Amino acid sequence: MAERLRTEEMIMNMGPQHPATHGVCRLILTIDGEVINDCVPVIGYLHRAIEKICENRTYAQCIPLLDRFEYVTSMSCNWAFALAAEKLTDLEIPERAEYLRVIMAELNRIASHLLCIGVTAMDLGALTPFLYTFREREFILDLFEMTCGQRLTYNYIWVGGVSKDIPPEFIPKCREFLDIIDEKCDDYEKILTKNPIWLVRNKGIGIIPEKMVHDYAISGPSARASGVNFDIRKHDSYGVYDRFDFDVPVFFGCDCYDRYRARMAEMRQSARIIRQALDQMSDGPVRAKVTMNFKPKPGEVYSRIENSRGEMGIYLVSDGTKKPFRMRARGGSYNHLMAIPEITRGLKIADLVALFASLDIILPEIDR
Amino acid sequence: MELAPVFSWLYDLLLSVGLGITLADIVSLVGIAVIVFGFLCVAALFLVWWERKVSAHIQQRYGPMMTGWHGVLQTIADAVKLLQKEDITPNAVDRRVFFWAPVVTFVCAFAAYVVIPFGDGLIVSDLNIGILYIIAITTFTIISLLMAGWGSNNKYALLGGMRSAAQAVSYEVPLTLAVLGTVLVAGSMSMNEIVISQQGSTFFGLLPRWNIFFQPLGFVIYVIAATAESNRTPFDLPEAEQELVAGYNVEYSGMKFAMFFLAEFINLFTVSAIATTVFLGGWNGPLLPSWMWFLCKTLFMVFVLMLFRWTYPRLRVDQLMEFAWKVLLPLAFLNIIYVGVLAKWLNW
Repeated sequence: MAERLRTEEMIMNMGPQHPATHGVCRLILTIDGEVINDCVPVIGYLHRAIEKICENRTYAQCIPLLDRFEYVTSMSCNWAFALAAEKLTDLEIPERAEYLRVIMAELNRIASHLLCIGVTAMDLGALTPFLYTFREREFILDLFEMTCGQRLTYNYIWVGGVSKDIPPEFIPKCREFLDIIDEKCDDYEKILTKNPIWLVRNKGIGIIPEKMVHDYAISGPSARASGVNFDIRKHDSYGVYDRFDFDVPVFFGCDCYDRYRARMAEMRQSARIIRQALDQMSDGPVRAKVTMNFKPKPGEVYSRIENSRGEMGIYLVSDGTKKPFRMRARGGSYNHLMAIPEITRGLKIADLVALFASLDIILPEIDR
Repeated sequence: MELAPVFSWLYDLLLSVGLGITLADIVSLVGIAVIVFGFLCVAALFLVWWERKVSAHIQQRYGPMMTGWHGVLQTIADAVKLLQKEDITPNAVDRRVFFWAPVVTFVCAFAAYVVIPFGDGLIVSDLNIGILYIIAITTFTIISLLMAGWGSNNKYALLGGMRSAAQAVSYEVPLTLAVLGTVLVAGSMSMNEIVISQQGSTFFGLLPRWNIFFQPLGFVIYVIAATAESNRTPFDLPEAEQELVAGYNVEYSGMKFAMFFLAEFINLFTVSAIATTVFLGGWNGPLLPSWMWFLCKTLFMVFVLMLFRWTYPRLRVDQLMEFAWKVLLPLAFLNIIYVGVLAKWLNW
């Protein structure tokens, strides 16, 4: 009898088109009923050869490409590249530009976390929080549109500063946003944090132990939810982050729930940073004197910043011409996706969806 | 066949104009079927629109606004669009099973309305096993979901079908036990008798004598199990969009999809109508005509279920099973014991 009841494994393709993979990721699942026995991620459906194209562009022309590298937080991508190019040229950045960069990157971080939390809720079947978080994200996108005319791919942070100064109505509008965001975060917490269904779906699901964080180089909020206190803004400070007073929220649950809480806490910290930046900012130029076709000195450089999904690094090699000799980028999502097979073994399909959403994987960053 | 008074006049009318008994039987039955069918189709169209409106307002949107007053004709426009669509049958499906699955769903969804009392005397046939009949007939829906899942020859659909079968079988038990409490009180399984047993008032005339006030636990169990029965969030696993794309109906398009869709909303109306009948006093109520009371209470129940759907995340499949067998079932037994004690020893 037991022999006759033996179940058979089934191979299921999750993706490339699937609502829960946030783009075009394909996961080949070996499932036994609902239990995942194996998971093989297949990537490359969104490959645009951004790193190669950059070798044929001047440094200034690379910036719009980096917008597309990871379009949810374009500002940070711009910044990572600008930082690398500036290191090569020893450029001195005007102070106002540094503050503007911080404000934009932190606003972008809030927008990205809002997207992540909304989408996580949607993936777990609660459609309503998604529309709530998008309402606030809309506010941020309006601020960006006001500044640089774009809502998704900004091309705002340039080598040597930022493309243009903010309009006068930006600051009051931004303060208005900062006033509501804490309250709205409380609202999301009311819907989700204590919700019993949310708790059983997230608590203890998709455990990433601290050792795995180091093994796979998992970074960002996902690492901080596993008890790793590491934030590049704090521990390898860049820009003017050393002038602000903010905390690095660290949680020790290692599960989807704490990754959600880490993001929630980070949004509040980001709002705190922006408030201080608005207070400290003084008038002045926003761009250093640098020509469009500048030639950095030969050499290589790696610069990294804290993106909303982890470490965003740019490795540049210059041969002294106006175009980079080599450009390589590192995004957090790639490492996160590679860790998924090990985490998912033995989980249910529904858990995989929760895990995928909680790691905030964005496919363009993986495929480039 | 024994018909309720409101329909027997139709029968008498047909006899008086000179039709034979057999012919009068057939014509009156078809007439009743058309009336119920028409009402339910309109109800389903309305519910689809209403659900979209409720969800939109919860989510700070407007919902449909362009077709008619506040988009009230939107569902009709959608239905017309679905009718015009090409009816695609994928090559690898089991054709017979694939074809019959939506039909079975549709028929089962409608068949339950034979015994639903829409008002005082407004019942197609007051079977003496009314509630048992409804529970039996709604269980058939599971078979159609399994058929759709198996016949589609699609792994997502299969998983959806499997989930729906497991879920429906589990939640059928607490649901039946919750309803059983009211049958104990009424002493009959006839839907009309159950409604009549809830007439009058209690607690010194302060509250109507509805079952919900005596068996709040039973009501809660029923609502939870009914949400699971009608495959709605937080129990919408068979069609969990983010896991199974669309679940059992992933391969269906055009009119076949529309049949699944309409049946789902009719099922929503059915579980609300049963809740109204067995727990909320059915068509009992002062001042307004009885059918209006029935509609108001049923639509209120529908609204409650809609609020669930747009507020809660979804459970996982094993958590769902655990909840049914480890929480709901013991509670349902407790409820039966409690009702039995009340009914037998306290002579209530």
